[in-house]
Amino acid sequence: MATTQHPDNSGLLVLTQPKQVTATCWSCGAMRAAHYCQECGKVQPPVPVDYFAFFGLPYKLNLDTAQLERDFYALSRKLHPDVNSRGDLPEQEWSLEKTSQLNDAYRTLKEPISRTEYLLRLQGVQLEEQSKAATDEARKTGSAKKQVVPPDLLEEVFELNMQLEELRANKKLGEDDPTLERDLSGAKQHLASKQSEMLKELSGTWSEWDALVDRVSAGETVEEAERATVRDKMIDILNRRSYLRNLLREIDEVLES
Amino acid sequence: MATERIIGIDLGTTNSLVAYMENDRPVVIPGEDGLNLVPSVVALDERDQIIVGNAARKYLIQTPERAVYSMKRLMGRGVEDIQDELKLFPFRLADDLAPGEVLRIKLGNKTYTPPEISAFILRQLKRNAERYFGAPVSKAVITVPAYFNDAQRQATKDAGRIAGLEVWRLVNEPTAASLAYGLDKKDTATVAVYDFGGGTFDVSILKLHEGIFEVISTNGDTHLGGDDIDNLLIAIALDDIQGDLGLDVRRSGEAVQTVRKAVIEAKIALSSDEQTTLDVDLPDGKRYQRVITRQQYEQLIRPVVDRTVGPVRQAMKDAGLTAQQIDEAVLVGGSTRIPLVRKLVEDQFERTPHADLNPDEVVALGAAVQANILGGGSEATKEMLLLDVTPLSLGIESLGGGVVKIIHRNSTIPESATEHFTTGVEGQTNVAIHVVQGERELAKDCRSLARFDLKGIPPMPAGLPRIEVKFLLDANGILHVSAREARSGKESEIEVQPSYGLTDEQVEGMILESFDYAEEDFRQRQVIEARNEATTMLAALEKGRKSPAWEQLTSRERANITKLETALNAVTPGDDYQAIRTAIDALNQATMHLAELMMDTAVTSALKGRSMETANVGEGPASPHPIAKAELE
Repeated sequence: MATTQHPDNSGLLVLTQPKQVTATCWSCGAMRAAHYCQECGKVQPPVPVDYFAFFGLPYKLNLDTAQLERDFYALSRKLHPDVNSRGDLPEQEWSLEKTSQLNDAYRTLKEPISRTEYLLRLQGVQLEEQSKAATDEARKTGSAKKQVVPPDLLEEVFELNMQLEELRANKKLGEDDPTLERDLSGAKQHLASKQSEMLKELSGTWSEWDALVDRVSAGETVEEAERATVRDKMIDILNRRSYLRNLLREIDEVLES
Repeated sequence: MATERIIGIDLGTTNSLVAYMENDRPVVIPGEDGLNLVPSVVALDERDQIIVGNAARKYLIQTPERAVYSMKRLMGRGVEDIQDELKLFPFRLADDLAPGEVLRIKLGNKTYTPPEISAFILRQLKRNAERYFGAPVSKAVITVPAYFNDAQRQATKDAGRIAGLEVWRLVNEPTAASLAYGLDKKDTATVAVYDFGGGTFDVSILKLHEGIFEVISTNGDTHLGGDDIDNLLIAIALDDIQGDLGLDVRRSGEAVQTVRKAVIEAKIALSSDEQTTLDVDLPDGKRYQRVITRQQYEQLIRPVVDRTVGPVRQAMKDAGLTAQQIDEAVLVGGSTRIPLVRKLVEDQFERTPHADLNPDEVVALGAAVQANILGGGSEATKEMLLLDVTPLSLGIESLGGGVVKIIHRNSTIPESATEHFTTGVEGQTNVAIHVVQGERELAKDCRSLARFDLKGIPPMPAGLPRIEVKFLLDANGILHVSAREARSGKESEIEVQPSYGLTDEQVEGMILESFDYAEEDFRQRQVIEARNEATTMLAALEKGRKSPAWEQLTSRERANITKLETALNAVTPGDDYQAIRTAIDALNQATMHLAELMMDTAVTSALKGRSMETANVGEGPASPHPIAKAELE
């Protein structure tokens, strides 16, 4: 548990060797404490660490989520405010702070998409904003939203947008169009299956990334270009996926309106 | 560890309960009347004394303007939020409410905020526990509906403080219920808790794993409960009464409360019977009767019951689970006794729900379990840990009135988020931040939590300051904010203007006022004790009169005793502690000789081989004869 790394935004992340943190428990003086003292169980003061470091994990994307859950539970049992409610005031504050770090870290790492996005962010990547807010903003201002239509979906998306417009117009007039709705539901299913394909594609890039991390651990040199290649693949998949997600949300909105 | 017991309290819309862990089992502590449920009714009696619970219920009908119920519906809410409530409930708002002020409710000629009224109930529960333990109680775990927002939670916490309780944790009601149910469970299971109470509805989905109770999702409606069903029936009855009897009693608080009482009885009957008769005695000797069948009733209440479906589906969707993936469904809250509700739960979760524990008590029992965990745990709870979530997303109002979400709903708490803000104008030293809670896109559609003013930012060119604001939702689901200007490292001053709710100063003031009640409690208890002592003494004197010792007194002594006895009889029913005390002391003095003589007779009898008991001196030395008290001590 007691490892930490110092990520920077230069893409050097995988080159940083895990550094052992040795701390002394403020309460009983025993060693090896990072989150809580292994000897007396007292919560240790929080230090700013990234989520991988919090769980003592290497910066790899293939993750044993069952083990992550076990670690989450085990750490919760030590750090949670309920367990430390009878401690002194600073202990209670540390417990609160540490548990909120733990919860953040667990939530981010357990989901594949947020885990990948987080690692990319640690690498200094600004993921293109394709959120709903951006879509609305674009709609409001009339300016074209900065987004990339995945080439393989270009035709489908074009037709879909027409159908959506039509259904919106119909709904405004209070007319039902079962055929159109059925078509849209079908398109929705197709897009959803595309979306899960993308997840598979993404997990393929994880292995490429993890291989680079392993090579670094083995003392090999990894060129920046190699990292950039894998990183760009991941960014591309995430962008396409987020485009799909927005489209699906839009379909849902129109169908449910 | 011989520490003070921490109690678990279910502060309900309709009923409240207090429980604690007794040897690895949570038990409900009964009130003085021997009943577990304390109705959440507060009344002001003729002498302006606060009355709580069953004793307060009669005031709802006798003097409705001096009694309130369902106060939980008003906790943490503003005037504009409760317009619907005002149409359905006889809440009387103070006439002099200023805009933005915390609600105040009229009770007789006094006004109280909802947290103060809830504090009266909490104080009663605290008192019940203290009487039960024979020891003071100052720490409690209080349950709140899972779907309560920050303001409603804060109001509940304030109520605890006003009642003289240190609130160790606010626990979500469905989660608490799962603790009570899960006490014996050590295996892994996914459980859905359907909690339909008097005024609130919650649904939570939890994963149980080796003593960890992890809430995965929660949803609900803080204004949906048995009350709504009552109101439907009341409306029909009032219409009928006007139509059939030509009597408009809508404005008569007394008649409406009589109807409400009858409606609740009918509702309860219809949970077991196929039909019942709504039977109301009205003023002017008129009587309203109507037969209601189960079928009619179900048709009527279906829209209310169906309102729980949306939250149930959303909770399952948020948990990423289907009904088949849920192992157990658990029923909590009095309204789950309604067969139609059970049917709905069965349909939604595709299984027969559990209702092994009394649905009225299970939340309080769970609160007691959580209190035990916080107090250091016991053999039964040492492996147990509750990981709860926040029911609502937390966001900040952005330019243009949108919301930037910083903490999403169903995030495990405690949870924090750090946001950076900057200035838009040269040399700007203040930044205003508006924090909202809710799922809607626009800030105006969300619940306003607070407006923060970051002050004392060092004057810099526009856009240069980096103000780091940290939002922390604690384990109670209550928001804390701190801020720092990152470039100068200077802690920014934050002025918190809660949109709803009491300021710290106001709560402090109410705590001070509540000492008056504590004094009042003490005074009342003194009177009761003195009265009891007087009654015992008068009874003992009756016995003394019949003993041979009485004849040995002089006639002057006898006359004096009789005179003082009459005096004590006269003051005993009153509320004047000093008068009762003085009369007791006087009679005690006057009967000293009689007591001595009686003791002598007793001893003589004992020497003659007769037992103390047959010598008629009472119950023996362990329980001294009141008149002979001085001698035995």
